[in-house]
Parts: sequence; structure tokens; C-alpha cells
Amino acid sequence: MSEQKKQRPVTRMVPVQSKAIVPERDADKSPILECHHLGIDFGGLTAVNDFNLMVGRTEIAGLIGPNGAGKTTIFNLLTKVYQPTRGSILLDGADTSKMTTEQVNRAGIARTFQNIRLFNNLSVEDNVKLGLHNHIGYGMWGGVFRLPKYWKEEAHAHDSAMELLKIFDMEHLANAQAGSLPYGAQRRLEIVRALATNPSLLLLDEPAAGMNPSETAELMDNIVRIRDLFQIAVMLIEHDMNLVMGICEGICVLNFGQVIAKGSPDEIKSNPVVIEAYLGKKDKKKKKKEANDG
Amino acid sequence: MSFLDSLISGISLGSVYAIIALGYTMVYGIAKMLNFAHGDVIMVGAYICFFAATRFNLPPLVGILVAVLLCTVLGITIEKLAYAPLRSAPSLAVLITAIGVSYFLQNAALLLWSPNPKVFPNFFLTHAADGTEQTGLELGSLRVSYVTLVTIVVCVVIMAVLTFFINNGKLGKAMRAVSEDKDAARLMGINVNTTISVTFAIGSGLAAIAGVLYMSAYPTLVPTTGSMPGIKAFTAAVFGGIGSIPGAFLGGLLLGVIEIFAKAYISTQLSDAVVFAVLIIVLLVKPTGLLGKQIREKV
Repeated sequence: MSEQKKQRPVTRMVPVQSKAIVPERDADKSPILECHHLGIDFGGLTAVNDFNLMVGRTEIAGLIGPNGAGKTTIFNLLTKVYQPTRGSILLDGADTSKMTTEQVNRAGIARTFQNIRLFNNLSVEDNVKLGLHNHIGYGMWGGVFRLPKYWKEEAHAHDSAMELLKIFDMEHLANAQAGSLPYGAQRRLEIVRALATNPSLLLLDEPAAGMNPSETAELMDNIVRIRDLFQIAVMLIEHDMNLVMGICEGICVLNFGQVIAKGSPDEIKSNPVVIEAYLGKKDKKKKKKEANDG
Repeated sequence: MSFLDSLISGISLGSVYAIIALGYTMVYGIAKMLNFAHGDVIMVGAYICFFAATRFNLPPLVGILVAVLLCTVLGITIEKLAYAPLRSAPSLAVLITAIGVSYFLQNAALLLWSPNPKVFPNFFLTHAADGTEQTGLELGSLRVSYVTLVTIVVCVVIMAVLTFFINNGKLGKAMRAVSEDKDAARLMGINVNTTISVTFAIGSGLAAIAGVLYMSAYPTLVPTTGSMPGIKAFTAAVFGGIGSIPGAFLGGLLLGVIEIFAKAYISTQLSDAVVFAVLIIVLLVKPTGLLGKQIREKV
């Protein structure tokens, strides 16, 4: 037992060094995402209220908070799975309030899911090709009659899919059925599929859920690598504090649908309000006792 | 009727069921709903083809094409008006709406075209040298009508083309993606509404073809003509595993063959009872149908 413990890889606490230019905190200049006073009610329940956030063009942003704080709800608002009750979302300066989910995707937001939602009965390559759906340039008739353009575009889609799979060294799995992949590979495939839609903002919903420490460390490297490679913004929900503190440049903390803190990892780590939200208030009696003892 | 005769006519009837069942199974697979109005689209297709041939004297092939086109439009219209507003409603509401649409189509046909039976013309004829009409081939003691041959060939061609279409190309893949997970498909930028409309269009177009083939074999056309083959084809789709395209093909063929054999060897009146008894037994042994996939819920 003790031996096994020793062999376990140690999770990295130091931030992963980005090889690209350190992204300027351009949130103030021209953010890719702006949320203004965003809010949603479900019946009488206010799930998210007065949510304000700016995410820079190549920023890795973290969204954290206790369970039920409204983190996934915000992702659902950003992707228009839910329509906001109040407030506005601007993607690259453009208002998304009249857009549907697929239009928001075309405008540049892609996401993964907390519980993996791949197309399990399709092959790995086909999953990626579905991400490429809007970038395959033939219409219905081209497809029905198999015009020359169809063959050209399909070959092109195959190449693009393979190139994307190469990021995670998954090209040898291209013909495997997505549902039959091991858990970690399914998570990676979901990220590849989201990247295939050519996003400018990638939303990752608990990407490290169910991963062991060494897989998490690899994931951290990969998220930074994706950002550097594609020069996109990444926003992630995560409970693994090592990951969040390790790679996020800006962190937003939610509790009960309200933003309780925003800032750099160091600012968040030492913020008493955040500590309170996670660990609860210090007992008053205890405080008194401590004071007396002291 | 010899064994071979029965087998051939069974396969032919089964082919019609299979084509109709494809419509049920595709719509179920993608929109997760049972479109009970599907059988009545068959009837509308048959009427359109009938009038195109008798009143407007169009050549049969043009008549069939017109029927396919109009039924495609009808299918899309039904989906947009009746089903699309209920996309997030409970499935029971959609099911009842589908039954409503079915009655609407039947009664509209009753008003428009009267309840008097119409005799569907036989398109599948050749003229012998002496001018007499030939409706089939004589192969020794075996007599195979052209309708039977055409039906089987058309069914196999449709199956092959459809399977190829679903498995290749971006629209086919989009359809499979939508059938698995609508929300995830939306987040891939796939237009789910268009994809569902295309599915209805294909299903309804096939229904028109099935209508013409069915009417050529059983030429009495009344406004309720579509309901019986509709229900049988639905049974065939469940028999083969609803949602599965090869399942619809297999289920349709088996249902047709069982029905004709039951008619030939057991009793004409009891044939339907035999068919449904077999369905019940199959579902008891294999609840998802012959080729249906077991859905494993993750706990």
C-alpha cells in the first residue's frame, strides 16, 4: 500500500511555461468575450445573476466555484443552450442575443461537456468531421450527386481531421468507434472535435474530471499547447485546483450564481471570500476561543 | 399457389413494407417520434399519381416523379407545422399530434377525392407483338408480374443508396449525429431543424414510391388505403429494430413473407393475427427487435 503511494506521480504545482509570447492581458483592449450583467432565472430561482466577465483573445480563463454555483449554466448561456433572462453576451464585439446554438458555434464558440457527449456510434474520424461540418464546402446537391467538388472537399476534410487528431497523437485511432475508446482518449477526442469547428473561444467543462494526476498534468500541457498553436482563448470549468492555478491566467469565482472574486491565481488563492466559499466561515466560538487563548 | 410463388409475392409485399418502414425508422431515429401520419402520406402519393395518370394523362414515370415531389413537400410541411413547434414537448403530445395529422389527411382526402374507390391503373405492362397487354413473365410454371419484379428491384436500390448516403458525406453524418445527440450536434454548428426536415423529406418521398408500388399490386384506392400498410410497416420497423435502417429492410421482408405464407398455408383471415403473433414472440425474446441496438444507460 505504502509502496503504491510512493510510485504515484506527483502533481505539478508550478505553472506550465507557455512557449508562445505571453499573452498580453488584452481584456481591456479588445476582448473576445464580454458578458454584461448576464443573468438567468429558472422559474423563481435565480441561477446566475449580474455576471460580468471579459476574456482576452489568447487568455486561459478559469471559472471555479462550489457545486451548484452556476458554472455550467454560464457555459449553457454562452452557447445559447439557455437564453439569458437579462444582460448581454458579446463575442468579438458582436451581440449573440439573437443567435441560436449553431449560429454561436459558427461565430466561434466551441465546447466540451462535463459528461462526455461524443457521437459514440460513429468513428473517431467521423466525429472530427462533424466538427468540420460547416467547413466542408459542398452543398446538398453536391453530396447527392457526388459532384467533383464532393470528392475534393471530402479528401480535404479527411486531411484536416487527421491533422487535428495528430495534436493528441490519435491518428492511429481514426477508424475506431468513438464509444469504444478509453475514457481519457474520449476526453481528448471531445477537445479535438470542438477544435475542428474552428473556434475563437474554446469552453472546456471539467476537462480533468476522472483523470489521474499524470493524465491531468498532460492535459495541462495540452491546453496550453492548443492555445499557443491556435492562438485562441480557452475558458475552463474545473474542480482540480492544481490545474486551475497552474495554467489559468485569469480566474473567476462563482458562488450561488454570483461572482464573488476575480483575479490572477495568486490573488484568488489568498482571497478570504473565496476561502470562505470553499471551506465555510470560521466558527465564531472558535474565533473567540482562539482570541482568548492568544 | 406453389411455395415459390408465395415466396416471391411475399418478398414483393415485404419490399413495399420495407420502403415504408424506412420512413418510420429514419424519422424515429432522428426526431425520436413515431410519425403515424406516414401511412397517409402513402395514400396521398397514390392519389397524386392516380390523378396525374388518369386526369392529366402524364406518362407513368412523370406521374411518379410528381407524386414524390409533392409528398416531399407535404412531409416537410407536416413537420414544420405540426411537429416542429413540439420539439421540446413530451413525446406523448407529439404522438397524439401525429395521430391527429393522420386523421386530418384521411378526412381531407375524403372531402377532396370522395370515398368512392378508384381503380389504380397498372403502369407495369408490356405490349406483345399481337397487341395484347402482358403484365408479367412466364418462367415455366412460375408467373412473375412486372410489378413484383420492379418492387423488389426498387426496394434493393433504395436500400443501397440510402445506406451509402447515411454512411458517407456530411449530410448523412449530420443525420447520424443528430440522431445520437441533438445538443452536441448543435454545438458542432449543425442545423438540427434542417436535418430533421431533410429526414422527413426523404421519408415522405419514399412513401410516395411505396404508395405507387403498393397500389399497383392492390389497386383499390380509397382515403383509408394508407392506414393498413402504414401499421404493418410500423410493425416491420419495430420487428427489425426501430431506428435501424437494415432492420427496417429485414423486418419488412420477413413480415411480407410471413404474411403471404400465413395466407397460403394457414388461413387468409388469420394471416394478420399470425403476423402480429410472430411480432410479439420476437419482442418477448429480443425487446429491441431483430437488429435493434441495446441502449445502455450509464448509471
